[in-house]
Amino acid sequence: MTILQFVFWSLLKVIVVTVVLLMGVAYTVLLERKLVGRIQNRWGPTRVGPFGLLQPLVDGAKSFLKEDIIPSGVYRPLYLLAPIIALSCALISIAVVPFGSPAVTGPGGFHFFQIADVNIGLLVILGITSIGVYGIALAGWSSNNKYSLLGSLRSSAQLISYELALGLSLVGVVLRAQSLNMRIIVESQSKHGLLSWNLFGGFQFVAFFIYLMAAYAETNRSPFDLPEAESELTAGYHTEYSSMKFAMFFMAEYANMIMVGCVATLLFLGGWTSPFGDLIPLPQNIVLQALLPMFWFVLKVFSFLFLYVWVRGTLPRFRYDQLMNFGWGYLMPLAILNILATSLWLAYK
Amino acid sequence: MHLILFLVFAAFCLAGAVNLLLQTHPINSALSLIVVMTSLAVLYLLLGAEFLAAAQVIVYAGAIMVLFTFVVMLLNAGREERTRGSRAYAVIGFPATVAVLALISTVILHMQGLGSAGMGESLTNQPGATNLEELSTVLFTKLLLPFEVTSVLILIAILGAVALARHPDAEKQEGK
Amino acid sequence: MSLWQQDVPLSLYLLLSALLFALGVVGFLIKRNLITMFMSIELMLNAVNLSFVTFAHQWHAVKGQIFVFFVMMVAAAEAAVGLAIIIAVFRARSTLAVDRIDLMKL
Repeated sequence: MTILQFVFWSLLKVIVVTVVLLMGVAYTVLLERKLVGRIQNRWGPTRVGPFGLLQPLVDGAKSFLKEDIIPSGVYRPLYLLAPIIALSCALISIAVVPFGSPAVTGPGGFHFFQIADVNIGLLVILGITSIGVYGIALAGWSSNNKYSLLGSLRSSAQLISYELALGLSLVGVVLRAQSLNMRIIVESQSKHGLLSWNLFGGFQFVAFFIYLMAAYAETNRSPFDLPEAESELTAGYHTEYSSMKFAMFFMAEYANMIMVGCVATLLFLGGWTSPFGDLIPLPQNIVLQALLPMFWFVLKVFSFLFLYVWVRGTLPRFRYDQLMNFGWGYLMPLAILNILATSLWLAYK
Repeated sequence: MHLILFLVFAAFCLAGAVNLLLQTHPINSALSLIVVMTSLAVLYLLLGAEFLAAAQVIVYAGAIMVLFTFVVMLLNAGREERTRGSRAYAVIGFPATVAVLALISTVILHMQGLGSAGMGESLTNQPGATNLEELSTVLFTKLLLPFEVTSVLILIAILGAVALARHPDAEKQEGK
Repeated sequence: MSLWQQDVPLSLYLLLSALLFALGVVGFLIKRNLITMFMSIELMLNAVNLSFVTFAHQWHAVKGQIFVFFVMMVAAAEAAVGLAIIIAVFRARSTLAVDRIDLMKL
């Protein structure tokens, strides 16, 4: 296909995926509020629409209409740049995530379910996570406020420490799949349904545990949400932000959650493969056949988000020194041991 | 397509580098350098070095420049001040640099045998080998010793950095 | 070939690398702030990396890219130690201007 056609179709895919991701972000907020409410023995939002389903739309409208206050002492260029960096880094890495089976192709080898099929897909995600640190660091520094500065320094230190454990925990999966390409990693888990997923048949449960912890720390969520601890830091690095810029940080946090969930399902839970493998025959209708892998993918990401919110509603938060000690003293050596064990196992085979 | 992408990202590189020189506040210079590094990562992609492009973003733009940004924020030294030091470096060095640059450019433009780079060309045209496989086959077999020595070097750098940047009061407290 | 399909001659990459290197040298000479001078050094290292990758593409040899890998690692180690030194100097002199840090004894 020509360059122009490629650009057009890619743009179309990007628009659809971004819209779906942003709607997903809005409804993840609702999921969290209702789930945390139920854990705390109360209803979540129930008034707006049936079961509170229109709440995110109303929240979005509220965010747009709030007054945008910019304090006078801030360093303006970086103050305005920081939420942009945070949100764009959260949205970009969805480009290398395959949602459905690559067997479904359009005319001219056009992949329906993945925007960019690159050979180093996993490194792209790690790289963009590294760049996301700037959003938080610059936000805190440019706000000219000691709570923001402390919160952003703590948060950036936490992010770069747990990035290490995150990357190392994924090496075991890469060793098994022998590629960094996301599509190939998922395809290496598609042989026997549930048993060939990296979590079960691949014996990567230690790596999954490490990835889970590191992901909670990377997205600044409980039990690692000290940088946003309202009782200590008056909202940390986004203290001085109001209305739309605050909404951008908020959206970036939830988009990061979804992104981390997507990576976990692709690497550990088998991506778009069905847990039943070949036991259930595929439906004859070609449209259903194309949509069924995407349904499994969404179901797995949803269960991962459910786990996220469940942990948030249940566990107390770490103190800062406990947090850093945990990341450097326990997770990193454990991840290295996992790599050692996986490579010994593979060499033995 | 390759030419257009090259021109756009080379323009970003040069704009970032010139902005590094023109800005007075170190944080702006740091951000311009990040722009240079990410544009260079795209240029590596155009030359078929995928792993290096990812490594450039992860290591340089995502770790080294974060270190620079942290140090600028920590020291909070503010804008560069006009000092009354010697300007000899700039007066002699600037024309000398321009002269050397002109010399190098002449040599480059008269070189024979440089090819051109097209879209989608891989490095060694072996069938089915990704750039990562090509790199790692050499790195882990013939160049294993330099690889391990580099890891020792990084360990030494970590120890050195921690020892140098320690707060001097901490040593007195530990001595008690 | 139309504008859309033209290849890029490798000499353009080498010219860009030479320009970036020259800008790094000029930055090192002109700037009077320690951190900015250090950033110009990093710019020079990056320019050299670009030349290595270009030549690796020309000779279809992977050694050029491996050298870039090692340069990146060494630059990371150097940046860590260099910035630690800058922090130590700032603690002693309370200034980052190079012209003020010119005596061995305070």
